[in-house]
Amino acid sequence: MSIIKVERKVLEKNDELAARNREIFRQNGLFAVNMVSSPGSGKTSILERTLEYLNGTLRVTVIEGDVQTDLDAQRVAKFGVPVVQIITNGGCHLDANLIQNALGNVELKGVQLLVIENVGNLVCPANYDLGEDMKIVVASTTEGDDKPLKYPGMFRNASALIINKIDLIPYVNCNLEELKNNALRINPALKVFETSCTTKQGIAEWCKWLEEQAAGNGGKK
Amino acid sequence: MDEYGSVRFLRCIIVVLLERTLRMHELSVAQSIIEIIHQSVPEQEWNQVTAIRLKIGAVAGIVPDSLEFSFNAITAESALSNARLITEYVPFRVHCRTCDINSENEEGFAVCDKCGSTDIQILSGTELQIKEIELEEIDKVL
Repeated sequence: MSIIKVERKVLEKNDELAARNREIFRQNGLFAVNMVSSPGSGKTSILERTLEYLNGTLRVTVIEGDVQTDLDAQRVAKFGVPVVQIITNGGCHLDANLIQNALGNVELKGVQLLVIENVGNLVCPANYDLGEDMKIVVASTTEGDDKPLKYPGMFRNASALIINKIDLIPYVNCNLEELKNNALRINPALKVFETSCTTKQGIAEWCKWLEEQAAGNGGKK
Repeated sequence: MDEYGSVRFLRCIIVVLLERTLRMHELSVAQSIIEIIHQSVPEQEWNQVTAIRLKIGAVAGIVPDSLEFSFNAITAESALSNARLITEYVPFRVHCRTCDINSENEEGFAVCDKCGSTDIQILSGTELQIKEIELEEIDKVL
């Protein structure tokens, strides 16, 4: 028997491509966020409210990832921002290669904020670096307060947590403090926002923070 | 269709189902493992590969059984059909900067077990790594 020592990360190819994407983002001076959540927690709605709030003050481009259809891209395009749709055809996550291909279809010059909306899935996207500056995880109150414990990887790798559908708290079985505590036990550095896309509660606070992050991390123009 | 043909047909169906419908990330991880084997072992020796030793962290987000299932399904009719995955579990361990002790937990909490501090450093448990590839002489494999 012979043994070949390998000692390589299994996803090193993805990590290499992600590093290349990161370099492209840096060269263009843009700030990139990767929005992740389970399906239906409100990523696209938060993005709509964010674009509405920013109202052109930041030059934004969006990459939408979905298993099927370009419905989300259509929703986002109504706000007058460039949007590229990636349809994964059953794939459960975006990877750095898909983003690299998508970058060939967008004009990055002048862009300050690139929002990548990942496929709705709290498991797989955690493993795949896309080259983003930060991951934003969205958890909605209708999903209950134990999501961070069940899917810790996504919360560990994120910089901010948006607790969405906060207006539904009186009607759903979700202890808000418990949800925050569970998330902070996984990742004590998480910045937490509470939002409702219906009442617009918390949207301004989230958007101001996002603007600050973009300004401090390359998105200055 | 003879029995052999039926088994092949079923395998094809499984792989197509995995690729087209389920597409769990263990399948793409299995494909990445195969790519690394292809880069590390000369092509004429692929059929001598018997084992791939992996380190999988407790919070790596990988189900070893699903990974093995995916790997076996896509290598079944290939030169790597003799290869099996052998996984080493790596516990989630943290170092507390406050009380200077190391502790383990299954849940992936970034909290010190002893003093409850969140000023910690993750020591292990997020690995997804190929350690080594084992090859046997072909006459011993067959």
